Amino acid sequence: MTSTFLADKRSGPGTELPPPESVRARGRGRRRVLHWLTAVGFQLPALVLFIGMVLLPMLFALYAAFFRWGGFGMPSDYVGTDNFTDLFDNPVFLGDLWRCLLLVLLSLAFQLPFALAMAVLLNQRLRGRAVYRMLFFAPYVLSEAITGVLFSMVFAPDDGLADHVLGAVGLDGVGGLWFADPSYVMATLFLVMTWKYFGFHMMLYLAGLQSIPRELTEAALIDGASAWQRFRNVTLPLLAPTLRISVFLSVIGAIQLFDLVWVITQGGPDHHSETMAVTMFQYGFKRYQVGYASAISVVMFGICLVFALAYQRFVLRRDLEGATTTMRGDGK
Amino acid sequence: MHVILVVVGAVMVVPLVYAVLSGFKSTDELSSNPFGLPRKWLTSNYTDILGGSDFWRLLGSSTLIAVGTTVLVVALSALAAFSFARFAFRGREALFTLFTMGLMFPFAVAVLPLFLLLRSLDLLDNPLGVILPQAAFGLPMTIIILRAFFREIPGELEEAATLDGCSSFGFFWRVLLPMARPALGTVSVLAVVTSWNNFMLPLLVFTDNTWWTLPVGVQQFQGQYSAEYARVFAYLVLAMVPALAFYSVAERQLVGGLTAGATKG
Repeated sequence: MTSTFLADKRSGPGTELPPPESVRARGRGRRRVLHWLTAVGFQLPALVLFIGMVLLPMLFALYAAFFRWGGFGMPSDYVGTDNFTDLFDNPVFLGDLWRCLLLVLLSLAFQLPFALAMAVLLNQRLRGRAVYRMLFFAPYVLSEAITGVLFSMVFAPDDGLADHVLGAVGLDGVGGLWFADPSYVMATLFLVMTWKYFGFHMMLYLAGLQSIPRELTEAALIDGASAWQRFRNVTLPLLAPTLRISVFLSVIGAIQLFDLVWVITQGGPDHHSETMAVTMFQYGFKRYQVGYASAISVVMFGICLVFALAYQRFVLRRDLEGATTTMRGDGK
Repeated sequence: MHVILVVVGAVMVVPLVYAVLSGFKSTDELSSNPFGLPRKWLTSNYTDILGGSDFWRLLGSSTLIAVGTTVLVVALSALAAFSFARFAFRGREALFTLFTMGLMFPFAVAVLPLFLLLRSLDLLDNPLGVILPQAAFGLPMTIIILRAFFREIPGELEEAATLDGCSSFGFFWRVLLPMARPALGTVSVLAVVTSWNNFMLPLLVFTDNTWWTLPVGVQQFQGQYSAEYARVFAYLVLAMVPALAFYSVAERQLVGGLTAGATKG
């Protein structure tokens, strides 16, 4: 079957491969191989590094997740899916999932709308808008670790800047323990994340806004649309692709959050600010339960993968083309 | 509207200014006079740090690792992106999909197996142990941005170069790369910033302080001098200076690269 199919295909009309009997064709075939080798040759260094440092370690984690393993020698104590079932019985890990969701929801409700408002403000002709733009984005270039140290001191109980400011405006006692308070640690963390990251989302929105032709809003203005109507019915729909991408990046960021938490609280007090990455770090590098920590890595990857695929399938697909083509002008 | 901007601007700036001023105070003054100007401008916090060797070692190590990562990731990505953009070959789309899948691997997800790999390759306490993984994780984004740029260079140029006797590598090296300088600048800036700010990997790979980078050094410094607030502030400020200086020089490339990366990825 296969051979007739192949023969059919070879002699069929419109195929590129000429019959192998022909000498000329053999020359062309050799040139094709050479062409292919050249093309792949250019890929090879990147491919080797990528497979070696990204894919193979991930596959190994997938393997190690099925063992009880301290991280030395090869894993041998096969435990099946025990690590995964234990993981979903572990209140800390379930808490990690909830806190991840909480950060995503807080971002959607406050950080991204705030970034959008600032982008709309700074898209107008205002004195000093370049300065504001630069200023709002500046924290993005600071490392999370350095930002973490800075804010652990700003929010230091009693002596930090935050408590002094609240005291100075007569709100003594409103502040308090901040990162040390189990009920407020996530809110404080979210404030710091907003300080650091809203400027990044604002920059994305600004690039999106600038690619919307002025004629469209002007036409709406002539038709008598109010400022809100113009924003709601012209600007927002055209900005949708950018918004969807910023939501995507925000979610991926929440899933892998580590540096900030590790530097400020190490997940404390009593696991109340722990994230999946912090839990993985604790088990893998502090308690040497490497198999268990590998299972956390695998679950994190699974969540990223499912989210990315679902998002692509249901949310991004229809406008991915539009987004890339409209942004290309600014992208360079 | 200006009021809103001024308020938001103040919230952004105040923590930074607070850190700078606090660095000029003594730790005692910090609790009695938290946000006024220092009564006496004390420079010893800053000069002590700049006079010692620790800070400079961190700076040197961060620089070496950032430059190494950038050179490696940009070189390998340029070669791969050239092949993706200018060759039609079997398996091209599958390969490209493989690389773009890398965008879905956040660093934190792979760091544990990566650490095990580096340990077995004896790359712990070696700058290559940070440079190689960072470059590998930078490949997908860099390839995507460069491929888009290389594609826009007209095919006639390549034909002309081939007629003049240029090999594919000759075209890549003598025609494409010089033309792609703005795109190469953008991806380099992105790579430098990402490497400069990485914390998790250097924290794991460097078990002693020989190769610590700035973020790791700052965190350890805070642990070591936790009671001496003013000194920690001074250290923090000095550690922020290089990143902010780099940002003020390369703002355009950074913002351009991030928006391009976000939308093309």
